[in-house]
Amino acid sequence: MNISTNTQWMKTDVLVIGGGTAGTMAAIKAKQANPDGDVLILEKANIRRSGAIAMGMDGVNTAVIPGHSTPEQYVREVTIANDGIVNQKAVYQTGKLGYETIQELESWGVKFQKDAQGNYDLKQVHRVGKYVLPMPEGKDLKTILTRQVKRHKVNVTNRVMATRVIVQEGRAIGAVGFDVRAGHFVVIQAKAVILCTGACGRLGLPESGYLYSTYENPTNAGDGYSMAYHAGAELTNIECFQINPLIKDYNGPACAYVAGPFGAHTTNAEGHRFINCDYWSGQMMLEVWKELNSGKGPIQLKMTHLDEDTISEIERVLWANERPSRERFHAGRGEDYRTHGIEMNISEIGLCSGHSASGVWVNENAETTVPGLYAAGDLASVPHNYMIGAFVFGRIAGTHAIEYLQDLDHLAPDREFLEAEKARIYTPLNQPNGIPHTQIEYKLRRWVNDYLQPPKSEPKLAIGLQNFIRYHETLDQMGAHDPHELMRCMEVHFIRDCAEMAARASIYRRESRWGLYHYRLDFPEKNDEEWFCHVNLKKDEAGAMRLFKRAIEPYVVDVDLHQEAYDVAVR
Amino acid sequence: MALITQRIDVPVLVDESKCLEKCTACIEVCPLDVLAKDPQTGKAYMKYDECWFCLPCEKECPTNAITVQIPFLLR
Repeated sequence: MNISTNTQWMKTDVLVIGGGTAGTMAAIKAKQANPDGDVLILEKANIRRSGAIAMGMDGVNTAVIPGHSTPEQYVREVTIANDGIVNQKAVYQTGKLGYETIQELESWGVKFQKDAQGNYDLKQVHRVGKYVLPMPEGKDLKTILTRQVKRHKVNVTNRVMATRVIVQEGRAIGAVGFDVRAGHFVVIQAKAVILCTGACGRLGLPESGYLYSTYENPTNAGDGYSMAYHAGAELTNIECFQINPLIKDYNGPACAYVAGPFGAHTTNAEGHRFINCDYWSGQMMLEVWKELNSGKGPIQLKMTHLDEDTISEIERVLWANERPSRERFHAGRGEDYRTHGIEMNISEIGLCSGHSASGVWVNENAETTVPGLYAAGDLASVPHNYMIGAFVFGRIAGTHAIEYLQDLDHLAPDREFLEAEKARIYTPLNQPNGIPHTQIEYKLRRWVNDYLQPPKSEPKLAIGLQNFIRYHETLDQMGAHDPHELMRCMEVHFIRDCAEMAARASIYRRESRWGLYHYRLDFPEKNDEEWFCHVNLKKDEAGAMRLFKRAIEPYVVDVDLHQEAYDVAVR
Repeated sequence: MALITQRIDVPVLVDESKCLEKCTACIEVCPLDVLAKDPQTGKAYMKYDECWFCLPCEKECPTNAITVQIPFLLR
């Protein structure tokens, strides 16, 4: 085929990289704050169906609704579930701004479940408070957001993947990437950049061996983690992996958040409950891991005791939202919720602050440590932020970015930087008979499983780290036949960067914390004296990965962590 | 590097008798961009085996020409 490697130049005030949950909201909010500002969403898929909520979502997991809970209560719960390692000011934003976010979404046509009196019908899934607001009609979320993006006159460029943020004179001034269909090089000059590229969902390899059967949307390959790192921004809590209890083989949620409030629960093979709370936490995952290794597994989500009306209602929600192909997976195996428990297993590891805490460091204003560079959504380090947190931080990032850039001008990107990045990107296309990206990715991710999957220990992590460092040379041998394959090749670069960060951060924190997420067999206890802090990392001036402790920001909500240790085991 | 082409059971099936030659709905919505038009027939097909079995292609097809199977390794 004829592949153009010409350069396309673009210019905007705010550049939003990634048009999923956080990105669409960030762009809309920037336009609301300043309708005269130019806002561009750069999306490697198509914003109509991209990101974690491509097929909608069945509920809000962290809704703080007045009368049901308070931001303070929410901050307390998230602080305890994270063993205290949180920037509370950032978490507080999700508690404080979630309600008006839900109301705005509702004004755009998103439907949330209400009771007969017209009040939000909240459910309890967390250990203490009620924060789960079902959205049985949530399947069209993304098309509704896309309509609002157009209505707000946001510019959208689909099918272009960013590979690097450009940083000059100490601030983010744009990004580079390429068109994943036509192949040409793209340079975007901007006054502020917002990273909204989602999780690193393609880090561990699912047990099926199928590269794209990940829990997260597999387009989310850690792009933003890698781009933030190379931009010189700090990342945090990378050793606090995302690990979820999922339908075995299918690898989507079973899903206790939906079925739990109807009376379903997680049991071992004997039908006994072993956790008293289905809220996803590292502590809960440790209990799952113990149960699976106790001889009482496999574990299952059990609904067989529920009546027909209830099961039909659960099916109606699960077959339509988030991962609707669950239905045909069960059917293919001849399984039915009426007669079968849903066998669950531990997912591959990933990085995702939406569910755990690993992310690009942001403060309560969605600012990273690089001026002009913002982050929101699954890659921004606000623990357990879920979808509503992505919306909230999208709002914050959009409004702050457009205000920040008011007196700034565009800077001309450094030619040498552009040429070097162009050469890096197109290497696989220049050697089409190089090793296919599928094989290179498979081996990398198998090593992630072999050496990073908890429980962790230093000797294992160290071998993994050496393999990931040496893998630079292997990546140089990748070949691509077309721009599509080139996209996958460049994603493998992102995955490698994330694997190295995950190994180094896991080695650095010499204690265990967050249950299974950072369970070190060689340091099995929590050690608050030395490790009640964040582990942050960044690229130093010499280009090396540097790790360091970052103090916990002063709490805004009092929490007695000794009194309220997070424990969900049934004894 | 020596390369071979392997046969793979793919998840996305297209009923060519229903697929409209001028329509690209499925191709445009696929998050992983794995669908393409066969230049000879003008019909959509799965060009890359990189499927999240997420279903936008199937839902947005105006003629119900697409069926997504769970990928064989997971089925």
